[in-house]
Amino acid sequence: MLRVSNVEVVYNDVIQVLRGVSLTAEQGRITALLGANGAGKTTLLRALSGLLDIHDGKVTKGEIRLGEQAIHTWNAPKIVSAGLGQVLEGRRVFAEFTVEENLRIGGHTRRGGLSESIDEIYELFPVLAERRRRTAGYLSGGEQQMLAMGRALVAHPEVILLDEPSLGLAPRMVQQVKDLVVRVNQERGTTVLLVEQNAMMALSIASHGYVMEQGKIVMDDEAQNLLNNEDIRDFYLGRGELSTSYRNLKHYKRRKRWLS
Amino acid sequence: MTTFAQAILSGTAQGAIYALLALGFVIIYKATHVISFAQPALMVCGGLFSYHFSAVLGWPFWPSLFIAILLGAALGMVIERLALRPMVGKPVFTLAIITIGVDVVLRVLANRYIGADSRALRYPGGGERYELLGLALSHRQVTIIAVTVITVVSLALFFRYAKAGLAVRATALDQETALAQGVRVGAMFALAWAIAGGLAAIAGTFIATGSGGIEQDTWIIALKALPAIIIGGLDSLQGAVIGGLLVGIVEQVTAVYQAAYLPFLGANFSLVAPYALMLLVLLIRPYGLFGTKEVERV
Ligand SMILES: Nc1ncnc2c1ncn2[C@@H]1O[C@H](COP(=O)(O)OP(=O)(O)OP(=O)(O)O)[C@@H](O)[C@H]1O
Ligand SMILES: [Mg+2]
Repeated sequence: MLRVSNVEVVYNDVIQVLRGVSLTAEQGRITALLGANGAGKTTLLRALSGLLDIHDGKVTKGEIRLGEQAIHTWNAPKIVSAGLGQVLEGRRVFAEFTVEENLRIGGHTRRGGLSESIDEIYELFPVLAERRRRTAGYLSGGEQQMLAMGRALVAHPEVILLDEPSLGLAPRMVQQVKDLVVRVNQERGTTVLLVEQNAMMALSIASHGYVMEQGKIVMDDEAQNLLNNEDIRDFYLGRGELSTSYRNLKHYKRRKRWLS
Repeated sequence: MTTFAQAILSGTAQGAIYALLALGFVIIYKATHVISFAQPALMVCGGLFSYHFSAVLGWPFWPSLFIAILLGAALGMVIERLALRPMVGKPVFTLAIITIGVDVVLRVLANRYIGADSRALRYPGGGERYELLGLALSHRQVTIIAVTVITVVSLALFFRYAKAGLAVRATALDQETALAQGVRVGAMFALAWAIAGGLAAIAGTFIATGSGGIEQDTWIIALKALPAIIIGGLDSLQGAVIGGLLVGIVEQVTAVYQAAYLPFLGANFSLVAPYALMLLVLLIRPYGLFGTKEVERV
């Protein structure tokens, strides 16, 4: 279980981005985190996985617990070793590495059993097995997303953070990613914190959802209730399935204040 | 024809030393994005380590070289940890200046040790020569080439198959993503410097076995790595090796022929020839023979 209490994050000592965020990703469940561009979702994930440092950001207040341990002062390698994995926004596969090398580096913190672990990933993502010697940079966007997820799973994390896995994917691929998240969650019992712009996709598989705006959680409910919520429908689900593609449209800048 | 082939062969042996130095430079550059001007000091110190164990303490040559590699690697790690790690994130230019400072400090210390004499290491193979088809190489030259080949192949295998090798490459490509996989990026910086220090120690040791030994101004030899890197491409390991060999060969070929065919270029033009080749390569391929285009902007 991952528990965030009252976390505040400041970049460059002055820019406050998170203003007291509290959130819980229940053990073995999928939790969705929604929010418009710039709400601070990625920043929250960086705080969880110890990547703020490299962005000159800091957790200035609050606490983050992974199981029993307070991890908000730990560095990224220590957090990964403790069982928290992350798929970064924009996939970030090592383009010059082969598929297999990407998976091997995903298992960097493992002690032994690496090839079995990689074989499990090939079973989960057969498309990667076919392309194991291929240079990752030449894979399609969907395949790269699979690779990024596979890479994070090699280490057998207890909790995995997914930052917009459906970003830039065609509807069929989005469906596939969605099925895989469910499979990983069910077969491995991995706790998932799923950040998405595609609210429909995220809420349809999550048990609980949070909505973030301007560095605060402004809504927090059962995923089912959020799906039926007027504001959510209006903001995220307006055009049903197609809401994904808004992300890439320049004119979609509409902001709506929650709870006001 | 034989003269020409002989020049190429001798140049290859000399170029192997440049290749080792250039490799260290490129590994540091790729992994940490630091342009290191501390290679000359690392080379001189590495050579002196071998010298000390072999000539002063009376150890045999090969164990001395082995210890020198370890000490050179340790020196590289100490430099990284003390002088560069605290400056992570500072502009490339600042970091380069810091390495110049480190280089100067280490060379002052090394010069104290060297004193006025030349510190020459006796090479165990003695004066034996190998001859084949009218070409001759000394035992020492053959060893330099062999050691360089073994080193380069081991490094290539390390970066391809070893867990730490893969982690260094990942760090070089994308530090944040490497961190997210649990790679201790700082340790990878240290490892890159350790490798460069070890390579420089090998180069320094073989220079110490040469006719001049190590003198106060021997460090200048390490500057040959610069045209080698620029010819090969700042960010290419194979480029560093080929660039180093080319510099050695061009130098030797010029030394052999220039006095006869282009006397007006003056004595010692062979020392400048690698830079002439470097300018030529820069005109045609600004990012070096094997470099990636992006690096051009640095
Ligand atoms: N390194 C940084 N330094 C300063 N400000 C930053 C930094 N990274 C992000 N920010 C700011 O923090 C705010 C939140 O950014 P963040 O990337 O967390 O949002 P997000 O919810 O993930 O958005 P998106 O949906 O576009 O990915 C933005 O206003 C952004 O400009
Ligand atoms: Mg984001």
